[in-house]
Amino acid sequence: MTATASTGSGGVTRRRLLRAGGGLAAVGLGAAGLKLPFFSADGAQQDPMDCMAGDLSSTDKRLVVSNWTGYIDPRRKKTSTLQEFQRRTGIAVEYTDDINDNAEFYAKVRNQLGDCQPIGRDMIMLTDWMAARMISLGWIQPLDAERVPNLHANLIEPLRNRPWDPDLTYHAPWQSGLTGIAYNAAEVGEVRSFSELLTRADLKGRVTLLTEMRDTMGFLLLTRGADPGDFTPDEWADAIDELRRVVADGQIRAFSGNDYLNDLASGNVLACEAWSGDVIQATLDNPDIRWVVPEEGLMLWSDNMMVPNLATHGANAEAWIDYFYEPEVAARLAAWVNYICPVQGAREAMEGIDPSLVDNPLIFPDDDALAATYGFMALDDRASLTYERDWADVTGG
Amino acid sequence: MTRKRGKTGYLLVIPGALYLLAFFALPFYSLIATSLYDPSGSDFRGYEMTYAFGNFVDAITDYWQPLLRSLAYGGVATVLCLVLGYVLAYAIAFKAGRWKILMLVLVIAPFFTSFLVRTLSWKLLLADDGFIVNTLQFLQILGDDGRLLATPVAVIAGLTYNFLPFMVLPLFASLDRVDYRLIEASGDLYANPITTFFKVTWPLSLPGVVSGTLLTFIPAVGDYINAELLGNTNTRMIGNVIQSLFTDANDYPAAAALSVILMTMILALVLVYVRRAGTEELL
Repeated sequence: MTATASTGSGGVTRRRLLRAGGGLAAVGLGAAGLKLPFFSADGAQQDPMDCMAGDLSSTDKRLVVSNWTGYIDPRRKKTSTLQEFQRRTGIAVEYTDDINDNAEFYAKVRNQLGDCQPIGRDMIMLTDWMAARMISLGWIQPLDAERVPNLHANLIEPLRNRPWDPDLTYHAPWQSGLTGIAYNAAEVGEVRSFSELLTRADLKGRVTLLTEMRDTMGFLLLTRGADPGDFTPDEWADAIDELRRVVADGQIRAFSGNDYLNDLASGNVLACEAWSGDVIQATLDNPDIRWVVPEEGLMLWSDNMMVPNLATHGANAEAWIDYFYEPEVAARLAAWVNYICPVQGAREAMEGIDPSLVDNPLIFPDDDALAATYGFMALDDRASLTYERDWADVTGG
Repeated sequence: MTRKRGKTGYLLVIPGALYLLAFFALPFYSLIATSLYDPSGSDFRGYEMTYAFGNFVDAITDYWQPLLRSLAYGGVATVLCLVLGYVLAYAIAFKAGRWKILMLVLVIAPFFTSFLVRTLSWKLLLADDGFIVNTLQFLQILGDDGRLLATPVAVIAGLTYNFLPFMVLPLFASLDRVDYRLIEASGDLYANPITTFFKVTWPLSLPGVVSGTLLTFIPAVGDYINAELLGNTNTRMIGNVIQSLFTDANDYPAAAALSVILMTMILALVLVYVRRAGTEELL
């Protein structure tokens, strides 16, 4: 053990190096102790009024947009909605599809936004619950209602008056969607309800559920007779226990975020919890894939455009929002992305674009269908942490 | 003269040491601090430093299963890599002749494509209706409704595949340096090939074995991509747990405590292993 450590009295031996390294590390820790206090970390809450950047929109005709992948019509085409926006306004759009997951995106920007630092984006698109969290953290800039008249005039009724931003001060829905069930009709008989996913023996080990806690737990709560929009901690505990039991039984193959339809098409998975827009697109490739409105109901959600703190092109972002709330533009977007269009009047405009989609209930659901949908209760700080932890333990333990 | 050489040595260490200080020591310090935060903190209220050593107890109580599972999967994958890798490295070092360089390039070739893409392609290979599963079902090795994907077999196979080159390269480096005349001499002294292997080749290759197993075991235990893509809810490894605690639950103290526990465990295992394997000269 010691024999080789002492070759050459003055040279660098491993032991000396370690000792020197240890000394250096101790000095480093000391220095870090001054910069990074070992005591507590501040809350990430900010006041959007204090984290405002001067708006460069009028002189710097640019707009930096971050969105989910495949969530806009092909933007290099001359006739695309994005190109037309650039032509009409003279604003150059830097569009990136770098949002894959709400929680992941949150982790990415948390340190900057929580510290009132810019994230280099003028617009981000996040799902309701994450939008609600960021708004309550004070990370989002208010929109000037006078500059987004189309939003206030054309947003469909079911998406108004969300408890976390009733006056549309901070958010504008980009697209909405329904969470239901998809199954592969070539492999398995009809699936009608969410509880069948959890109990049917012929589906054992061939079912996937979504990693979005609010979608999946919304259904679990419904199968246990609770209302996802308003439930008690006991009802939550009951629902999560049920999920834990089903997972332990091996009924659920995996929790998946975005690749579930490949598994469904290839027959690895027979039935799964699914998002409406994904299913429309998959059905075009494989007619055996069927969309089901579960007997328990549907979960309704939106992804929302928001302007983060310290964005430097706020007015350009408002121009973008107003543009996409023109019914004709909204219809062209919906014809491509196939999610629920949040814009009143887009259905009429769709007649001239793709008449086959006008009666598609997954793009333009009627009011009855939307009345039978559920949203997930807004969770406060403490509840959110507890429930997410429960969820992570079941899906990740 | 010797004194001078010493100083140069220290000077040469400075850039690397500064780099590690900035990108390892400081983040590690912050990780340890986070692991001791008051577990009832949140992003809204901030985190109080309460020296909550209970975080470690809670983390172990809640997650001892994935911790042990990670060690087991990592251990099995390392052993498989050693067996497969040793044979391969031996062949390349002693039997490949003029094909040696080509074979080495082939070992490294998978690195030219992304780790993620390679693991995803395993999903195709192991698919329920795929060739491998069908063959195994035909041979009655798997039951008719048996499967590979979303089982521990798939996760361990994926780990083995992904870390095999990290085993082969150090083994090859060690074996290639073995003076072949020693092996011939062993034969001349009437040792049979098996004795020669265990008395001559294996001991001379030990440095490669030790560094190869370390390079495989350490990242394999902490890996989460294979379990994420090829496993299911009952094969989650500790990396997956840390990831979901950190990004989904935003429970930073618990995630940090688990990370520290994982590091400590690996460090302890490696120390014991290196001591038992012989001396530090092997490294």
